[in-house]
Amino acid sequence: MNPTLLAQAALNGLLFGGIYSLMAVGLSLIFGVMRVINIAHGDMMVWGSYLAFLLAARFGLDPFVSFVLCAGALFALGVLVQRGLVGRVLDAPHEMQILLMLGVALVLENLALVVFGPETRRTETAYGLATVWLGPVFVDLPRLVTFVLALGLALALYLFLFRSELGMLMRAAADNAYGALVVGADVGRVYAVAFGTGAACVGAAGALLSALLPFSPASGFPQTVTSFNIVIIGGMGSLLGAFLGGILVAVAENLGAVLIAPSLKELVSFVLLVLILLFRPQGLFGGRAG
Amino acid sequence: MKWAVALAVVVLLVLPQLVGSYLLTVFIFIFFYAYLGQAWNLLGGYGGQISLGHAAFVGIGAYTSTYLAMTYQLSPWIGMFVGGVAAALLGAVVGYLGFRFGLRGFYFILLTVAVAEICRLLVAHTEALGGALGIFITFTGDPWQFQFSDNRAYYYVALGLMLGATGLVAAIETSRLGAYLAAIREDEDAAEALGVNAFRTKLAAIVLSAFLTGLGGTFYANYLFSLQPNTAFGIPLSVEIILRPIVGGGGTLLGPVLGSFILSPLAELSRIYLARGGWSGTHLVAYGLLLIAVVLFLPRGAYPHLAAALARRRRRTS
Amino acid sequence: MALLEVEGVEKRFGGLQALAGVSLGVEPGEIVGLIGPNGAGKTTLFHLVSGFLSPDAGVVRLDGAPTSGLRPHQVCARGLARTFQIVKPFHGLSVLENVRVGALARARTFAEATARAREVVAFVGLEARAAVPARALTLAERKRLELARALATAPRLLLLDEVMAGLTTPETAQVVELCRRINAGGVAILLIEHVMRAVMTLSHRVVVLNEGQVIATGPPAAIAGDRRVIEAYLGEAYDP
Repeated sequence: MNPTLLAQAALNGLLFGGIYSLMAVGLSLIFGVMRVINIAHGDMMVWGSYLAFLLAARFGLDPFVSFVLCAGALFALGVLVQRGLVGRVLDAPHEMQILLMLGVALVLENLALVVFGPETRRTETAYGLATVWLGPVFVDLPRLVTFVLALGLALALYLFLFRSELGMLMRAAADNAYGALVVGADVGRVYAVAFGTGAACVGAAGALLSALLPFSPASGFPQTVTSFNIVIIGGMGSLLGAFLGGILVAVAENLGAVLIAPSLKELVSFVLLVLILLFRPQGLFGGRAG
Repeated sequence: MKWAVALAVVVLLVLPQLVGSYLLTVFIFIFFYAYLGQAWNLLGGYGGQISLGHAAFVGIGAYTSTYLAMTYQLSPWIGMFVGGVAAALLGAVVGYLGFRFGLRGFYFILLTVAVAEICRLLVAHTEALGGALGIFITFTGDPWQFQFSDNRAYYYVALGLMLGATGLVAAIETSRLGAYLAAIREDEDAAEALGVNAFRTKLAAIVLSAFLTGLGGTFYANYLFSLQPNTAFGIPLSVEIILRPIVGGGGTLLGPVLGSFILSPLAELSRIYLARGGWSGTHLVAYGLLLIAVVLFLPRGAYPHLAAALARRRRRTS
Repeated sequence: MALLEVEGVEKRFGGLQALAGVSLGVEPGEIVGLIGPNGAGKTTLFHLVSGFLSPDAGVVRLDGAPTSGLRPHQVCARGLARTFQIVKPFHGLSVLENVRVGALARARTFAEATARAREVVAFVGLEARAAVPARALTLAERKRLELARALATAPRLLLLDEVMAGLTTPETAQVVELCRRINAGGVAILLIEHVMRAVMTLSHRVVVLNEGQVIATGPPAAIAGDRRVIEAYLGEAYDP
């Protein structure tokens, strides 16, 4: 096995991992604060991708700029979904919440199918093919920019959660919703912001991703599964776990593609998921078990 | 209620003499998905263990019987049972892993999804099974090959499957297995304290559910004449399977049947009036909206509400 | 031979030593009361005896045979049944269907189980509510259902966990009467209770648990007057 090839695969994985991390952090935030399992996560991300694609096609906006708008749009969607739907079933059995989000996923994915058609798209960027050589390996410029942006967003999220009052309220509600209510926190608003923020993360991830990989409405579900893989591996409810898990899974997938076979890349994630479910369901970073 | 059901069965038996081939096809899909839904109902509705990977059992059953037919000229009528057993074995593996390791709720759902996806990827990667392009079955119209030139024959096979599965579930409802499954679904710890071996009972449920679903796989293959890993093992099929019992009423005898009579016509109508060439996604949007509506307003599915409404009517007239 | 023997049983949860070497026994046909302040370890002991937890040290024996490694359903098959402190009815099932699950533990056929369930439902006085779904029952009825379910498994030893908590005085008296009738049929009972009058009148013997250890055991009258027990627990309301 060519070590350069492996190193390249690992590097590609690392740079791509930023997107995975963003996706996973968004999901983990929603689960951590509201204990809701957002099965529509990947389909929300696809809408982020389509928005970035449209903005680039219609207004020539670079996805590395428009991702902010996509994040904003998805934030609004998230708040809407939470207020209108999720908020009504917070006390229902888990299975009902899952089925509700499955319904949302179906609607989002197939609305995309109806509106945009099944063809795969990809957002064009001016420097789409630029690369930088670092010795024997090369760095894909879009991938590098994506990585830096994803890191930046993760940092911004961290600052929000740990340094702002609203962020602290969210963490408090995550720990103890009843207690948060008692001290006068508007838990409904906190939940809406949490869901919106989670959706915004994934909207940004979708926008950034749209420049790197082709996507279609059918990409939604695999992205959802990948997000859950990462969050389970990293540990449900642990944001750090989600972040590191994203990078880990991206690297593992890329190495898997090189070592086994490209078409079996996803197989690696699924087998990893099964192993974690069986032997360490709390993930690598502990946290509350489901 | 029993009279209404008996009457409905008689009507269904006579129907092919009265309607055209297109409508027959709609009914065939209603019966077939009701059958798959009923098989799922055993584990997901009565047993309370939701699986989102049941397509894997369809796929295994379909590919097994088709491969045996193509390679060894084994009649799919026999291959159907071999396929069912193969699916049951997979079910046993999933059940063992899930239940022995205490996976419940969402974690169990994830396990079923992962297993189905692993199967899909492996089959798509196996050239002997047609790889990603799949297998195409040549039409011979030979009944011994599970093929019929007359749509009505498929109709009766599908109807037979649906009635058979429903009859089986009815028998289980009033049996030790049924009582134990209900107890486990309601409160597993309390059930264990009363002598219920939860692990063995749940395993029995998934093996039986998988076997029945696997049988359906052969019908699937020989009615559609083509098998692709992405459709046979895919999530969309799993979703179609669970929608019937959930909309109709999980854990009820007529839930999957009622759900299928609601959903399949709905899908057909949206396909006709709203289709957009190729992969029409509109009926899936309708499915999604319906699922959301059911969760918000009819969480136990349509059947319990229907039954309650009928009971109230009966009480008022008696 | 004692029906139940608990010898030197220990159980720790992280930093908390719930049981620190507990020994007690129940003879066939006896009614033994298990009392002690909240947090004394009584329910933990029930979990250990019924197979929901395994002891860190010590041994539990039923009819002389150790129960280590047995799952709850296997312990039930050996003739031990229990109720839960917070009742766990099968909400969606009717009273009869609830009890039938218990009856299936011994019955060979489904019909036999249904018949036995009917008998038990009548025995506990719930026959008027037999077809009612469990979620529609009052608390007193739910407690009786919990008892009936356990009874339907035809146990030789019944573990009752605060089966009278939350009941009014007349309701409590009914349950006491029911326990007497059950015991008259040859079933031994080990009951956790805080309702002192009930425990003291029902029990042949009382075991007192405090902070994971047995601090006293003896006939009810002796326990009521025991200095250590009064200090640990009895306090205000009870007047011998």
